[in-house]
Amino acid sequence: MSTESTPSGDSPLVEAPADTVAGEVVLRLTDVVKTFPGVRALDGVQLEVRAGEVHCLLGQNGAGKSTLIKVLAGVHRPDSGQVQWRGEPAHFANPQAAMRAGIATIYQELDLVEDLSVAENAFLGHEPKVAGFVRRGHMARRTREILSRLGHGEIPPGRMVRALPAAGKQVVSMARALSHEARLIIMDEPSAVLAHDEVDNLFRIIRELTAQGIAVIYISHRMEEIREIGDRVTVLKDGRTTAANLPARETPTRDLVARMTGRNIEYVFPDRPTAPAAAADLLRVEGLSRTGEFADVSLSVRPGEIVGIAGLVGSGRSELLETIYGARRAESGTVRMGGRPLRPGSVGAAVRAGMGMAPEERKSQALLLGEPIHRNVTLATFTRYARLGFTNAGRERAEAERIADELQLRPNDVRRAVRTLSGGNQQKVVVGRWLLGDTRLLLLDEPTRGVDVGARAELYRVIRGLAAQGVGVLLVSSEVPEVLGLADRVLVMREGRMVREAPAGELDENTVLDLVMAGSLMEGAPA
Amino acid sequence: MSESTGTATPDRPADLPAQSPPVDPAVTASLKEKPRAGGLSFWQGDGGEGAKRNLGLIGVLVVLVVIGAATRWDLYSNPDWVWGNTLTILKLASVVGVVTVGMTFVIIGGGIDLSVGAIVALAGVWATTLATQSYGAGGMIFTAIVVGTAVGVVNGVLISYGRLVAFIATLAMMVAARGLAAQISGKQTQVSNNSFINGIASTDVLGIPLLVYILAAVVAAGWVLLNRTTFGRRTVAVGGNPEAARLAGINVRRHTLLLYALSGLCCGIAAIMLTAQANSAQAAMANLYELDAIAAAIIGGTLLSGGRGTIVGSLLGVLIFSTITNLFAINGLSTEAQNMVKGGIIVGAVLIQQVQFRSVTQFFGRQKATTSG
Ligand SMILES: Nc1ncnc2c1ncn2[C@@H]1O[C@H](COP(=O)(O)OP(=O)(O)OP(=O)(O)O)[C@@H](O)[C@H]1O
Ligand SMILES: [Mg+2]
Repeated sequence: MSTESTPSGDSPLVEAPADTVAGEVVLRLTDVVKTFPGVRALDGVQLEVRAGEVHCLLGQNGAGKSTLIKVLAGVHRPDSGQVQWRGEPAHFANPQAAMRAGIATIYQELDLVEDLSVAENAFLGHEPKVAGFVRRGHMARRTREILSRLGHGEIPPGRMVRALPAAGKQVVSMARALSHEARLIIMDEPSAVLAHDEVDNLFRIIRELTAQGIAVIYISHRMEEIREIGDRVTVLKDGRTTAANLPARETPTRDLVARMTGRNIEYVFPDRPTAPAAAADLLRVEGLSRTGEFADVSLSVRPGEIVGIAGLVGSGRSELLETIYGARRAESGTVRMGGRPLRPGSVGAAVRAGMGMAPEERKSQALLLGEPIHRNVTLATFTRYARLGFTNAGRERAEAERIADELQLRPNDVRRAVRTLSGGNQQKVVVGRWLLGDTRLLLLDEPTRGVDVGARAELYRVIRGLAAQGVGVLLVSSEVPEVLGLADRVLVMREGRMVREAPAGELDENTVLDLVMAGSLMEGAPA
Repeated sequence: MSESTGTATPDRPADLPAQSPPVDPAVTASLKEKPRAGGLSFWQGDGGEGAKRNLGLIGVLVVLVVIGAATRWDLYSNPDWVWGNTLTILKLASVVGVVTVGMTFVIIGGGIDLSVGAIVALAGVWATTLATQSYGAGGMIFTAIVVGTAVGVVNGVLISYGRLVAFIATLAMMVAARGLAAQISGKQTQVSNNSFINGIASTDVLGIPLLVYILAAVVAAGWVLLNRTTFGRRTVAVGGNPEAARLAGINVRRHTLLLYALSGLCCGIAAIMLTAQANSAQAAMANLYELDAIAAAIIGGTLLSGGRGTIVGSLLGVLIFSTITNLFAINGLSTEAQNMVKGGIIVGAVLIQQVQFRSVTQFFGRQKATTSG
């Protein structure tokens, strides 16, 4: 490569963000094509990444972003096209080769070994060794260093990954990327599992990395994040680069969305009906507690009402939802559906009473990855279509197809294995499952995680539509605007307790954030 | 592919400003306006993968028959002998086949049952005690089935409610059930004096042994159960992702229990068939059936980690095994050599299927790419 990276001087950097793009080109992709049976996932991608920049990839669900980074990470081999890594043509035969070359990847679906410790995961495959023995002490110490650099010194390196919450796992994935001497770190929707303050922390780390000349490829569906952290943006649509190297801060959102979708989509919440019908409570939770997770939580949801719970990851929101649903057993307190108490610790009882839950982690908690889409969509309802124990395949297919259309699933063929769907489309399958049947109360844990702008608007519309039909919705989301925009009433949770309840109209983002964060200093303790 | 000239940065000379104006999307798009291939090809979709694998297994069977014909053409040239030999193979496969159907369900459901051989022995012995035999054929069949199912239920309770690892629980049951069988029989061979029971193995209907009909019935019932009922659907869900199944409202524990009960039930049926063949039962009968059944299921494409498998595949696995046994018998070779070959077949079958499936998928994927691009 001839790029001698003239730091400033002669190149007119007027339109470039001041602090960036000075670095040399470390990665260049030309006409990369990758096909799967029946799908052209990448169909001629161009990408140029410079040292020290945060290069954002934008694109709808299924546009090929994850496939692209898997090509870079040595997971997939491109069918054709060139990958130039630090000036030389590169062919990464496997993930190890890419890592050795200095490309570290944090995948959209976390790939940690649940039964190994944090340190073992961080150094998986390149454990520090002496004479064939792993230097455990050394490894633990290095892990602790990396973790505190990540702002999470409190995670014990010896803890099993299984025992960590989703955000903790994300941090471990990050630690793994940092444990290599990487020159390029790829992050596939890293913020999807993170709460607000965690995202700030992530950005701080990213800035540190780029200041050292490390390049970052950043994928997210959240436009405001791209504005904040990104330097340049490349947009993919249907596996093709439709725009390259747009300035991340200046390009108007309308332009970006238009390039992603070919349409103009407004990121809006559907109107909420002026006054939700005052009916008897559908769900009534009283004094619910589980030690170490949440204490003395009371709340109610009326038919046709959307109640949002705002709170940090680790504030006990997901645990609360799972307990209401019977997936965890409450230590004290009661859950009533339509006035009738539910048997504690029984998901079956909750489902029979008309509850449905879309859990937080789609891969481990919700999907049969090898099974076709229609089987996944009907996983909770196939017994209802069955007669005398015999399944009704035709009816199931038809219902699944209806849901696939309603949620704009892509590809739209419900016989495809869920494994082959992009992350956002998998999420639609998880939520879509409960749009079937006679669900009266929907518990949604991060329903729009990884869902693109267009489909997100669609999902909001569907949720609002359900409420209009009298379904109660209890919504947990890390995105405060989502809670405020979609819910009728908002509950703020902090460290396992409800600290505020108010109609959504009476709260604004900053108030909620203040409430949510108020106690979070306690956790970190003095360094 | 060299149409990159019009696209954004990649070919830009190094002296241009780093920040080039955005490409006109229309320009880029028009450069590469190709429809993305959609839809599925015939070998994908519903169970297509399994069907393809089964075709491979039939291929293996054909190869085995060809080897048989090549080595003993003197026998194979006689059609009557071939028909008789086919029935021999099917009869040989019948007992293990029935056990394998139950095993397939357990493995698809994410478990394993090492106690099947021992359950067959216990059920056989219990059904042939003098006391049981005094109730006649009905009493014997009832006893075998109830004992088999009951032991399966005990396995299921230990695993799903006692939270024991399936491997350990059924290993313990394997030892214990054989122990109990030896205790009941006093380590003696118990002769069956019931002519109806003994007749099950010697009766032919329309020229085909009754045992083969029983196998066919169990396989058919297993196929329907797995593919057409909510029970089968739950089995796949529980084995594929137990947490997802639980959160979808499926009672995972109860279902796990039922799977082991089903396996026990199959063992009870097999016990009657085996007793009929030998006109007797003893504690050492059905030795190592667990290994044959597991191997057959795995060869048939059932995923040992659960969530995937087919009944037809398992049946083909059993048939492959009994054809090999037969091949060695007609050539007068030792069982030792036969066991070594079987071990090789297990490894070979799994390897071949993996490689073959991957390469075929890739091949078609490529072709698709080139035709559409
Ligand atoms: N292993 C696979 N087999 C078949 N098709 C696949 C496979 N992996 C991905 N695809 C398909 O390739 C296309 C691109 O998927 P990809 O995961 O790259 O999307 P994405 O841009 O990351 O979307 P998201 O924002 O939803 O994560 C999709 O149509 C997807 O269904
Ligand atoms: Mg993705």
